Formats: sequence, C-alpha cells, structure tokens
Amino acid sequence: MKVTILAFGRLVDLLPQQEWEVTDLETVGSVRRQMEEQFPALKNMRYRIAVDKQLVTDDTPLREGSVVALLPPFSGG
Amino acid sequence: MSTVNTSRYQKQILLPELGEAGQRRLSEARVLVVGVGGLGCPALLYLVAAGVGCIGIADFDVVELSNLHRQILYQAGDVGKPKVDVAAECLLRLNPDLRVIVFREAIGTENALEIFSGFDIVVDGSDNFPTRYLANDACVLLDKPLVYGSVYRFEGQVGIFNVMENGVKTSYRDLFPEPPDPWEVADCNEAGVIGVVPGIIGAMQANEVIKIITGAGKPLYNRLLTYHALNNSLHELDILPHPDASLHAPKTAEAFQNMDYDWFCQSASDAFSHLSAAEFDAFRSAESPLMLDVRNLDEMPRVTEFEHLHIPLSELGRNLHRIEKSRPVVIFCQTGVRSITAANMIAGRLGHPRVYNLKGGIVQWKTNQ
Repeated sequence: MKVTILAFGRLVDLLPQQEWEVTDLETVGSVRRQMEEQFPALKNMRYRIAVDKQLVTDDTPLREGSVVALLPPFSGG
Repeated sequence: MSTVNTSRYQKQILLPELGEAGQRRLSEARVLVVGVGGLGCPALLYLVAAGVGCIGIADFDVVELSNLHRQILYQAGDVGKPKVDVAAECLLRLNPDLRVIVFREAIGTENALEIFSGFDIVVDGSDNFPTRYLANDACVLLDKPLVYGSVYRFEGQVGIFNVMENGVKTSYRDLFPEPPDPWEVADCNEAGVIGVVPGIIGAMQANEVIKIITGAGKPLYNRLLTYHALNNSLHELDILPHPDASLHAPKTAEAFQNMDYDWFCQSASDAFSHLSAAEFDAFRSAESPLMLDVRNLDEMPRVTEFEHLHIPLSELGRNLHRIEKSRPVVIFCQTGVRSITAANMIAGRLGHPRVYNLKGGIVQWKTNQ
C-alpha cells in the first residue's frame, strides 16, 4: 500500500514530497527506519512525524493513503 | 483602571466576536513578548494596535542594519540603539494609552520566573533553542499560555502551549522533547529569510493572543499550524502528550533555576573551541580577541596581565549585548568549567561565531607564566 511523505524545513532538501510503498503491517517506526536507510543523512536529524495531521510516536500503525509528515524544529525568529 | 477608547477601536468593536466586552478584556490583558526581532516586531505592532493594555518587551540586543529588512519596528536611524527602547518608543507613538514595560536583558533562569509572573500570556519571538525551551519550561511552571512561533526560510510554525483543552495540555516539549544538535539547525542569520514570512507568522501569533484574550474563534491549543509562503500550504497538526516530554523538564522553580539551557541545547561543543594556556598567549598577540572573565568579582587571583571584560556568569545573560560579535572572544574562569557554560551561552544565545574557552582556566594559565 502507498503512503505520501511530506517533508518540512531542511528535510525537503533530502526528501521531496513523494509516495512511498509500505506493506500492510508497517508502523511509523519501521517506515522511518526504511527512509533512514535510503537517506542516511536523516539519521542525524531530529524531527517529529505526523500521520494524517496528528503528531504520533513510532509505534503508530499506517494505513493506505496515510500522509506522513516529517517535521523538524525551527528556531528562527 | 483602564478606560476603553471607543473611537480608536470602534471598527473592531463592531465585530460580534469582539464587542465592548472583548475590547475591555484586551485592555486588561498583560502580554509579554520575548525577543523583538522578526516575529516580535509584527506581533507587537498588532497587539498594541488592538489595544492590549499592558505590553512587556524583552530583548538584550541592539538594532543592526541587516535586521531592517524584516524587523519592522526599526528604521535606518535606529542602528546601534537598544531594540527594546526603540520598540517601546515606536509602540507608544502608535498607541499612547497603553503601558509598555521594557526588559533590556536576556531571558534566563535567573530572571524568567520573576519577569513572566507579571504577565498573563507570553509570546515566544526568540531566535534560538535555549530561549525557547527556557520560556516553555517557565510557562509550564507558572501555568501561563505560551504563544509559539518560529520560521525557517519560507516556512513558519505557530501554536499555543500550556493551555488545557479537552483534558489535554501540551507544551513545546511534547512537540520536540529534545533540542537538535547545533549543526542541525540554522537561524535566520544563516538560513536566510524574507521579511514577509516572520511578518505573517508574527501576525498569526498576535491573532492567537487576541483569540485567547477575547475568547473568539478557535485558538491553536495543542495544535501546530505550519505555513509555507512559496506554495501557500497550511497544515494544522494535533499535538499529543509525548512520553519523553517531562524527562528533562524542571519540575520546580529551584530545578528551573539550576538548569543550564545553553548546555542542554548544545551538548556537542562544536559551537566553540578550546585554547590551552600556550595557545591562548599566541592567540592573544595574533588576534587581539576580547577577553572575558566570568568569575565572581572578588575571586582571586586578580588578572592584571591583560585587559579584559569582567562579567560574573550569573550576570552574563543580562549583559550579552556587551560582547562584540565582530571580534573573537576568549572566555576564562578559575579552572575552565564555568567558562564552558559561558561559551555555550555566547555561541548559542548570542550567536557569536568565534568563541574560545581557556582550558584549565586562569589557574592553569598563571602556572604556565
């Protein structure tokens, strides 16, 4: 099944908006690990993940068509 | 006792969501804006225009030329002047009926609780992580709403922390329990930004403050709004309590006062370098840095061998504006421990690009002479 990855801030340079193929039992955590394998720079960055507009933790399950947003902190002011 | 000036606010009083009751609430509200930069300037303009009765402004810095493209309270002739003084003057010209209290100091563990207690709502207009975590923790301890805003290039975030809604009350630490490492994040000075972005986000922060005070509409309690100025996208995300949120948060006022936010936010010391006693002497001749002693004023041995600035660590937060960013700065203390805290503060909070710590402190250096 497919989910959409939406990156914010500096993560956009690494990971432009795209569709990502996941199997039925995937959680946010397992998708995060897959992304980090494909984009190793992600491993050193701090960001939160939101699924369908809710900020979640790694054990949250994913559904077909989920929008997975990667949110790094901004400090600018 | 404040009076509501109906002719000034007449157009907003017409709004059913506001009315005279809402205007009265605005006039009785006390709002503190931490940081009068890209976010603070527009937020303050709209809060003052709307008639918030008591405004606090906290910033230690002076106006720089490169601020003017986005920090819209300042004009060309203000370069070099303290931001809080220029801002206060400008805001009082806009609306002389209000009370403006200025704090020309950095917000730190030694003053945050006292300063924040005098206000109902705190607006985070700061530009660094130590201050953001510090302001959040102070607001949690004092149970005050924190209207958060931040920008990165063409994007911004807005939200309200520390307010209970539907049984949930989240703070900045539920969003980001741990700060990023220094090399991960760029502030406006490094990443770049254009004025309209903090202009929009700052105005949104003012909007949230007005909604909290008047009860109008749907404030961003436990929610984060993200905005992208290039593609006009807006996303609202629900923030849920995070299990790690309270791990590093201070639980009491005493614990808060003992926190070292600069260290907490910069546990990798890539932000500054170390000099041994011998390297220090060579550096001094070659580069004419500013030397800073952060020991207490009565500590021995006295240093008479070279000119230096002497600001005790406990007062450094209030005196950051005295550290020139254009010269390298070498910090020392007795044995090289307190100077590391100071180095983190100067590299992190002040954003100084060339900070050095004297390893082993002045005791080691004197032994080497």
